[in-house]
Amino acid sequence: MGKYSTNGRDWRLGALAIVCTLIIWQFIATVIIRYPFILPAPTDVFSAFISLIQKGDIFIDLGTSLVHFAIGLGLALIVGIPLGIIIGWNRRIEALADPVIELLRPIPPLAWIPFAIIWFGLTSFSAGFIIFIGAVFPIIINTYSGFRGVPRVFVEAGKMLGCTKDRDLVRYIAFPAALPSVAAGIRIATGVGWMCLVAAELFGVSNFGLGQKLWFYYSLHQMDSVVVYMILLGLIGLAFDMIFRYYVDKKFLKWRTGEVA
Amino acid sequence: MGDLVITDLHQSFPRDDGSRLVVLDNLSLTVKDKEFVCILGASGCGKTTLLRMIAGLDHAESGSIVLDGEAITGPNPKVGMVFQEYSLFPWRTVIDNIAFGLEMRGIPKEERYRVAEEYLELVNLSQFRDSFPSELSGGMRQRVAVARALALDPVVLLMDEPFGALDAQTRNKLQIELLEIWEKTKKTVIFITHSVDEAVFLSDRIVVLTPRPGRICQVTEIQLPRPRDRTSPAFAEIRREVLDLINQHCSIQ
Repeated sequence: MGKYSTNGRDWRLGALAIVCTLIIWQFIATVIIRYPFILPAPTDVFSAFISLIQKGDIFIDLGTSLVHFAIGLGLALIVGIPLGIIIGWNRRIEALADPVIELLRPIPPLAWIPFAIIWFGLTSFSAGFIIFIGAVFPIIINTYSGFRGVPRVFVEAGKMLGCTKDRDLVRYIAFPAALPSVAAGIRIATGVGWMCLVAAELFGVSNFGLGQKLWFYYSLHQMDSVVVYMILLGLIGLAFDMIFRYYVDKKFLKWRTGEVA
Repeated sequence: MGDLVITDLHQSFPRDDGSRLVVLDNLSLTVKDKEFVCILGASGCGKTTLLRMIAGLDHAESGSIVLDGEAITGPNPKVGMVFQEYSLFPWRTVIDNIAFGLEMRGIPKEERYRVAEEYLELVNLSQFRDSFPSELSGGMRQRVAVARALALDPVVLLMDEPFGALDAQTRNKLQIELLEIWEKTKKTVIFITHSVDEAVFLSDRIVVLTPRPGRICQVTEIQLPRPRDRTSPAFAEIRREVLDLINQHCSIQ
């Protein structure tokens, strides 16, 4: 390994950039602005972080948000992947479903908040629904374009080798062939869903949650705590992406190495 | 036993102006058991259409294809196919590609790996057992594709310009290997090519098709003993005859 990470870049440069950003931030906050409400300094944020840890609520917030997120993403997977497969496999269903999806897709997930409250009340499921709306479309669309793009020769080779039933062709040929596209869709959905989280928690579905607490500390004008939650949201979003890049790609898509992708 | 009998095969496709383009016109051909037949013709003469019908991937408008006394109506375990383009499943390792057909047949893991390993050895790629297709050269991929088709022990092996994308040296090497495999397994082979050299080197009989509509123009038996020497006068003589057929007698009138 040494000083170079897997992508061939010197990680020390990245670390240096983060340290420099912190120093400049600290300088601007404490020397130029000198008003923590407008811009809390890194040191303020750090001490807020310590006291939040000591209070312990931050862990409940994290857990609550992960539950909301899991409901949303889980539903998006359960609905999106089968739907994408059916639409991608059958031309007639594609012709039926495509216009509906194209009409629903551009509606911003947050515009569904009123109906989320009416349908599911102020529950975790309501927050999950908003995340679901954000996450489901990238999954549907990537799954079905992945299925569309399965080379005909793979399907025909499968048929020649005795894989002739539609169900088997989907399972053994089309799904593995489409998997890179499906995985890309899930990765996009994870990002979009996580971005919907703050808004999904702001209308009071629970007393805990990273997004909920962000608004709560804003109303108390404790901006250093707000920054703690912002950083936490960013880091967890990054962690999801890392899981995809380093685990899913290496584990399930290692056959693509050497291919020009 | 094992004969492939093609009778009065006819196929046409609709054209934009409403008329129909006749691709195959009442084509009849009998391929004997364990025979190596090359089908030769200019591009667009319906060679691939013919092969796809024998494979059961396309259906003819009229006529019949009977293998071993049984009409072919769809993909059939008695017929194996090696495609022109790379058709290995890139998400499966070499051994899992070869074992795919056996897996579809519900053969237990140990048994199907044992069989697959035999065929892997037959194409001399045992050291690539656990590689992914993306790690193999074009020639190796086609050898695995041959092993994959043979693993189901078909009666007929169909090959649609399998070496078309390869460089001349690899191509010559694979032709020699294919003949060795054919000697060992004794399958009926129907091999499509537009290389006269390849056809003369490989086959017992060369079937030359005319382009549009595809008809059998001439069938040439090749009596030269194998292994054949591409540079011998006898080889050159047959090659010239076949080339003349394609360029003059069997070209578009």
